[in-house]
Amino acid sequence: MYLGMTRKEWRNMGLGLLFISPWIAGFIWLMLYPIGYTLYLGFTKYSGFGDAVWIGLANYQRMFSDTLIATSLYNTLYYTFFAMLIGVPFTILMALAMNRPFQEVSAYRAALYLPSVLPLFALSFIVIWILNPRYGLLNFLLSLIGVPAINWLGDPTWARMAIVLMAQLGAGQVALIYLSGLRAIPASLYEAATIDGASSLQKFRSITLPLLTPVILYQSIIGIGLGLQVFTQAYIITDGGPNNATMFYVFYLYRNAFSYSQMGYASAMAWVLFVISLFLAFVVFRWSRRWVIYDLV
Amino acid sequence: MQAATVSTSGATKQLRTRRSMRRLLHNLPSRLMLITFSLIFFTPFYWMVVTALKDSAELAKFPPTMLPQTLHWENFAAAVDYFPFVRFMLNTLLITLGAMIGSVISNPLIAYGFSRIQWRFRDSIFYLVIATIFIPFPVIMVALFDIFASLGWVNTFLPLIVPAFFGNATYIFILRQFMLQIPQEISDAARIDGASELRILFSIILPLITPAITVVAIFSFVGTWNDFLSPLIYLQEEALYTLSIGLQYFRSTHSVQFNLLMAASTLTVLPVVILFLVFQRFFIEGVVVTAASK
Repeated sequence: MYLGMTRKEWRNMGLGLLFISPWIAGFIWLMLYPIGYTLYLGFTKYSGFGDAVWIGLANYQRMFSDTLIATSLYNTLYYTFFAMLIGVPFTILMALAMNRPFQEVSAYRAALYLPSVLPLFALSFIVIWILNPRYGLLNFLLSLIGVPAINWLGDPTWARMAIVLMAQLGAGQVALIYLSGLRAIPASLYEAATIDGASSLQKFRSITLPLLTPVILYQSIIGIGLGLQVFTQAYIITDGGPNNATMFYVFYLYRNAFSYSQMGYASAMAWVLFVISLFLAFVVFRWSRRWVIYDLV
Repeated sequence: MQAATVSTSGATKQLRTRRSMRRLLHNLPSRLMLITFSLIFFTPFYWMVVTALKDSAELAKFPPTMLPQTLHWENFAAAVDYFPFVRFMLNTLLITLGAMIGSVISNPLIAYGFSRIQWRFRDSIFYLVIATIFIPFPVIMVALFDIFASLGWVNTFLPLIVPAFFGNATYIFILRQFMLQIPQEISDAARIDGASELRILFSIILPLITPAITVVAIFSFVGTWNDFLSPLIYLQEEALYTLSIGLQYFRSTHSVQFNLLMAASTLTVLPVVILFLVFQRFFIEGVVVTAASK
């Protein structure tokens, strides 16, 4: 017995650690060390070549006077907020419809899931063409219901909104997760409610929705994390424009690091992103205590 | 007698028809909604393929034609000629297969250590694994680039392949979920017979969780094939481009030839779409299991 563990327990811990050792090595080398190294680089001026020169808090001070930081942060939060505001009810609605006993449900599932397997870069190229103001499919379809041509990618508000709407193409995958949440709700709850004479709407409000709240919380955390990372669409579709309306935070970070060789400044930006991510996740968790229901009875 | 049988079966049939009619009407709003959503969600793929088959004169038509007037299959040949398609395809394939092999080797070992052996701190360390899912890649990408650059790995495929050999939190989670469902007694019996842990993993556990391994292999393939940001950062030499960043060739000229771009995009997404159609069940299972990580 050493440190309160038997010989067998020591042996098992050794074996367990041995099996997970690739992860431990990767965690230290590719996660922990880079996070620390990013913190350090954030206090330096570094072009990627030569030595990093310590400049203290100058990068962080510069972020306050850099208007593109505020703009890109605003755009990113705008994107995240609206993508989720539309996305959460949309995906729940989709899951509710998929929960019906349709024989052809697998055909719907395949069609709805398809954009989720398409790479974002390809989807971005397709969207450029669909949104073309003169020959695009979307403006044509809108013209059928009398909407005048919209200059989607030329107008700041529409361009940002286009990327928000494009995010909804990922709904098929998320809806599957809600669907498995719906299927986990015991049928007996609905039967009891039916006996009590509850309407469909009442059943949705007092059984379905409360029991889905853990899934909604999980999807919100994931959604915020992904929303803050929005990059590819800006890189391929809009190049951050027009008028910086789609200059998202990670896109600006990328530019600083790899186009302007401002690795130090980009590292400071990365740490701010890290703190914002943690902060938002924390806020949502705290807030969720008011609305997430883990046990209905 | 015979007439009576006929009339009864007629009545049942009528009843059944009426019942299925009522069910159809009852679910009609949901069905219509799903059909509408399905059409919308199928449109990007459809429009890509249709555009790929049109000539440039037809592209400049408004209203756009829903089907190509004549099928211009030669666009695919032209797209392949327009940029080093074969080379980029081989690069992508090499990276994707490399990362897939890494994932399939490392993650089962790690998941085994997190599920089939009882040891102290195991579950608290596993929480740490889950926590890493929530760390955004852009937070560490500058430092990672510098780390790989100091190893001389920029403009090689190594930064895109080697990390897969160190495990991935999501894949570890999926495999662990499956491994936990196997009764512990099976392992205990094998241990009494003197089997080593590696032996138990390879001859008992792995054969039982082949669906989970398939999920990991597919997810890894699709994830690497579809990756854009990492190749963009690490591959700056043209000869090393993947398809994802190689498609930018079509934008270098002033006016984009959308039919060629869409033809090249179609060829690029084809492997992933085929994989999805063949292994649909695994995609869905994988997504659902991953969601259980809360």
